Amino acid sequence: MTAATAARTRLSVWLPRLALAPSFAAVLVCVYGFILFTLYLSFTNSKLLPVYEWLGFANYVTLFKLPAWHTALANLSIFGVLYIGLCIAIGAMLAIALDQRIRAEGVLRAVYLYPMALSFIVTGTAWKWLLDPGVGLEQVMHVLGWQSFVFGWIKDRDMAIYTIVIAGVWQTSGFVMALFLAGLRGISDEVMKAAQIDGASGFALYRHVVLPQLKPTLLSAVVLLTHMAIKSYDLVIALTGGGPGRATELPATFMYSYTFTRNQMAVGASSAVIMLFTVMAVMVPYLYSELREQRDAR
Amino acid sequence: MRMGRRLRGSLYALTTLLVFGGAAAQEVEVLHWWTSGGEAGALQVLKQDLKQHGITWKDMPVAGGGGTQAMTVLRARVTSGNPPTSVQLLGFDLRDWAEQGVLADLSDLALTEGWDKVVPPALQQFSKYKGKWIAAPVNFHSTNWIWANKAVLDAAGVAVPKTWDEFVAALEKVKKSGKIALAHGGQPWQDATIFDSVVYATGGPELYRRALIDTDPKALASPEMRMAFERMATLRKYVDPNFSGREWNLATAMVVNGSAAFQIMGDWAKGEFLRTGKKPGTDFLCFRFPGTQNAVLFNSDQFAMFNVDAKKLPAQRELAKTIMSPAFQAAFNVIKGSVPARTDVPGDAFDECGRQGIKDVAAASAAGTLLGSMSQGYAVPASIKNAFYDVITAQFNGEYDAARAVKELPQAIELAK
Repeated sequence: MTAATAARTRLSVWLPRLALAPSFAAVLVCVYGFILFTLYLSFTNSKLLPVYEWLGFANYVTLFKLPAWHTALANLSIFGVLYIGLCIAIGAMLAIALDQRIRAEGVLRAVYLYPMALSFIVTGTAWKWLLDPGVGLEQVMHVLGWQSFVFGWIKDRDMAIYTIVIAGVWQTSGFVMALFLAGLRGISDEVMKAAQIDGASGFALYRHVVLPQLKPTLLSAVVLLTHMAIKSYDLVIALTGGGPGRATELPATFMYSYTFTRNQMAVGASSAVIMLFTVMAVMVPYLYSELREQRDAR
Repeated sequence: MRMGRRLRGSLYALTTLLVFGGAAAQEVEVLHWWTSGGEAGALQVLKQDLKQHGITWKDMPVAGGGGTQAMTVLRARVTSGNPPTSVQLLGFDLRDWAEQGVLADLSDLALTEGWDKVVPPALQQFSKYKGKWIAAPVNFHSTNWIWANKAVLDAAGVAVPKTWDEFVAALEKVKKSGKIALAHGGQPWQDATIFDSVVYATGGPELYRRALIDTDPKALASPEMRMAFERMATLRKYVDPNFSGREWNLATAMVVNGSAAFQIMGDWAKGEFLRTGKKPGTDFLCFRFPGTQNAVLFNSDQFAMFNVDAKKLPAQRELAKTIMSPAFQAAFNVIKGSVPARTDVPGDAFDECGRQGIKDVAAASAAGTLLGSMSQGYAVPASIKNAFYDVITAQFNGEYDAARAVKELPQAIELAK
């Protein structure tokens, strides 16, 4: 009897570990293992295929001499800031608007969320046509009689990166809205009513009562959007192909082209490492402070 | 239980596949990216020929022009130790793969078939690695062609231009007539395709060889090179405002349907004209870029043979032999729009442009002006080619002026080495 209980206890201790072991091993190898592999490659002389001849920091030196890499970094900061900022602003506004107990909320929610069901390739291709001066918006306006209408951002070296922001925000705002809506629904009615009794209403209610409680939602939104911004690849490829020229190159497209098409695998690997550190530099302090606050609150 | 049965079923299917797969040793697996209409049709010729020799063709198409995706697949296959029988490879990719030691040696076959005598030496440089044949070249494409819509030229009162100045004058006339003068797609490789011809026309074979093949820093920063960039800026003026990002075949379509006069593009553009029933000489014209009349800036589709198991060897040899046979080279290239890699194939079956192409290749080979195309990866390795693209496309899109371009070019190439 006692032996059986002991066995059962042991089983209950080991079963979760056993169940987690395969996914743990897979993550260990396929995520952290390959991160280390990429890190190692970035110090080697790899060109077409991986080779293991140690080269030191030469690839990083090369990387930062490449004008295209600076373009990619500059584009990432423009795209990242606008994409994350606009998605959160629009998403939060939509969520607050939908939270006013309006009619047909379910339908509207689905309408705003649907772009998320598309892949970035589809979004990119559709927006490529919409923004193309020859067939899209500009042409439609001309046909409708507004001859002086000009909207050629996608063909303009300096403005093309903003078309990527437009398409990205269109796709992701609805998703951010869903996140915020869930957060809003999580705020208990009692708190709201108490605040209303205390005289808070409209803007003040949201500013001082609701939004502070949405902080965890904001955290998840920022985490999700930041990694989506940094890994953005398919949207750029479908929308502009990195062009005009290489004006809309992002670190992800840069990394892919150097690793797989330009036979400069080590330079590609070092750009991947820089990307990783960029993500870490942004995320780690943020996560750390958020988690510490939660712990302190407890 | 149901799972178990299904598993057993699939295991059985797998075993059957393995057994029969093993029995049918006469099979070639070919990785290629010829999936679009004309290209796929041309490949059908090869499949038929092999079928007659009792060899089955295991198709492994990976779509995507230029073969970027195909190369990613190939990397995975070679790394896992299971390369395909043969792979469509271009230019310096051949050399890169040969350096990895994964390509087969076809020299014995080449000797008995006499390939050395019929394939121009300029092309042999790519089909051979350290004196050993590693690939079977199918054709010559060349990039220094201009395709023109005859009706548009006639309407604008323009004759076929023979010199750079005549060409610019012709472009100007067409522009004045209200048509788009130059159909072009703003993608880096297309910008570079024009650049090939412009460099040759500006500085002749010496500049082309020193700058684009030897990447001599002095030649790259030379006044002639700067002039070539200035000519690119001149051509840029005759492109429609909506050009950037356009695919090459859409640019060709603009010439086909008469909304534009000229396109500077490799001879694969011919297929787009032929598909719509246009006739060379009457509906459209093909002529060499002014100033490159005596040259052929080539690229070539080749099938590299990979090291495979001994039992797959006979089929692989048969594949190489078939690709190199004059009959196949003629039949294939008539469909593909290119000209045979062998210089001893009669041009009877070809149209006007094809016959001129065959003649040009022979003449250029004799004159030493059969030069690898930089834009198509036949002059420099991929990393350097892309460094060229970067500067050319930055200048063509107005980011750099000609002076800045000749300053950036040697640096960009140095970083890619």
